[in-house]
Amino acid sequence: MRMTKTLSLIALLGLTGSAVWAQKSAVQSIEEYRLMLQDGNPADLFEAKGEALWKQKRGPKNASLEQCDLGKGPGVFKGAFVELPRFFADTNRVQDMESRLLTCMETLQGLNAAEIAKTPFGRGEQNNVTALATWLAAESKDKKFNLSQSHPQEKVFYEVGKRLFFQRAGAHDFSCASCHGQDNTRIRLQDLPNLTKNPGDGIGFAAWPAYRVSNGQMWGMQQRLNDCYRQQRFPYPGFGSDATIALGVYLGVNSKGSASIAPAIKR
Amino acid sequence: MKKSFKITLSVLAVAVVAAGCATGSSSVDLDKLTAQIVKASFRDQGIVKASVLDTDETNQACSAADVAGKPLDEAKAKAIEAANLKTVKWPESGKFLGDWKEGEKLAQSGRGLTWTDDATTPNGGNCYNCHQITKQEISFGTIGPSLYNYGKLRGVTDPASAAAKPIVEYTWGKVWNSKAYNACSNMPRAGHMGILTQAQVADILALLLDPKSPVNQ
Repeated sequence: MRMTKTLSLIALLGLTGSAVWAQKSAVQSIEEYRLMLQDGNPADLFEAKGEALWKQKRGPKNASLEQCDLGKGPGVFKGAFVELPRFFADTNRVQDMESRLLTCMETLQGLNAAEIAKTPFGRGEQNNVTALATWLAAESKDKKFNLSQSHPQEKVFYEVGKRLFFQRAGAHDFSCASCHGQDNTRIRLQDLPNLTKNPGDGIGFAAWPAYRVSNGQMWGMQQRLNDCYRQQRFPYPGFGSDATIALGVYLGVNSKGSASIAPAIKR
Repeated sequence: MKKSFKITLSVLAVAVVAAGCATGSSSVDLDKLTAQIVKASFRDQGIVKASVLDTDETNQACSAADVAGKPLDEAKAKAIEAANLKTVKWPESGKFLGDWKEGEKLAQSGRGLTWTDDATTPNGGNCYNCHQITKQEISFGTIGPSLYNYGKLRGVTDPASAAAKPIVEYTWGKVWNSKAYNACSNMPRAGHMGILTQAQVADILALLLDPKSPVNQ
């Protein structure tokens, strides 16, 4: 199936003629290709898995996640995604969807949150966290981002996230802003959203979790940020670490009022 | 155990700063807290060490200017440029231009120096990620300016000539250490940071300046 998709992308790219025209056409072709894919987003499968996991009794405590408090009270999941990250009094931390799910998996089900955080993406319980985040994001699809900035720690995390966004370091001196700090730029043919302000509905923070056609994987926001940092030539950000959450607050607050399209489909 | 202690510390730090927030926490406190959070959040992975986040004054000053949303003041920018210019290693062989065909390969490659690369992964120059270079390659980025006809537009007909010397030297310096000419340039410092060797920088220069290179057709 992936093979067919790759082939059709090549076919679309093959409809190219003179250089200038070809360039425009290639971008448009990729857009058309993405639109075609919208009809059947494999994220559906992860959504279904996530919903089942939410209700399934699991872990040493043989309990479901149905009493998990994602910020709107125990068991309330509709609309929770577009208000995260936020401050949680019980953990005394600002948490995003994925780190909050770890808290619930530990407190309700007796699973070991630190162990799950250490597990590489795409393995074991990490796959379950991704599926859960995918389903919970889908339950807020088309809702507008509305992160709270009323708790002092939420404000502090926005400011820390902003500093992280502009942090230049590593072998290439890159920061997030190197690629995402201006309007209308590209890496190769890939359009880059300007994330220092509201990039609009379904762009940037409002597009993850997403299914990635190029590698056939479902990625949550934690993995998206992790891979940005990899390409930035930064060291490895811990899963659910304060740095990743602060960045999420910065991006999420900047996206206030934009509609979430997650789970999205990406190249 | 050590880790949970660290996390507790950072939570405490958040609480302290948060308490100060009612009166408006200072940007110095926020900078300190950010440094603590960075320390607790990132770890070594593969060839990338967490210590690369202890970056130099150039990056620190530019990051701070970006956060403040205003450019560096002129004196500071000039001082940073001068310091970076001092680091430029001019070609020991005296040969500024190598092989444009090798330069094109380097310009195409964006590989190397991530935690999924190993020490034997050859580093690319990442050039096409941000620049148009040859007309033939239509998949180019736009963060940097177009370099198509780079030598031709600057009147370089013989890169070895005295007339071409200033532009050849500038181009070497720019590729070696971009911050020597623009303190907070988005461009990596390919020579200075050890991304490319002298021979590779010479190949990139040939791609840009050799009249036979497709860049100048």
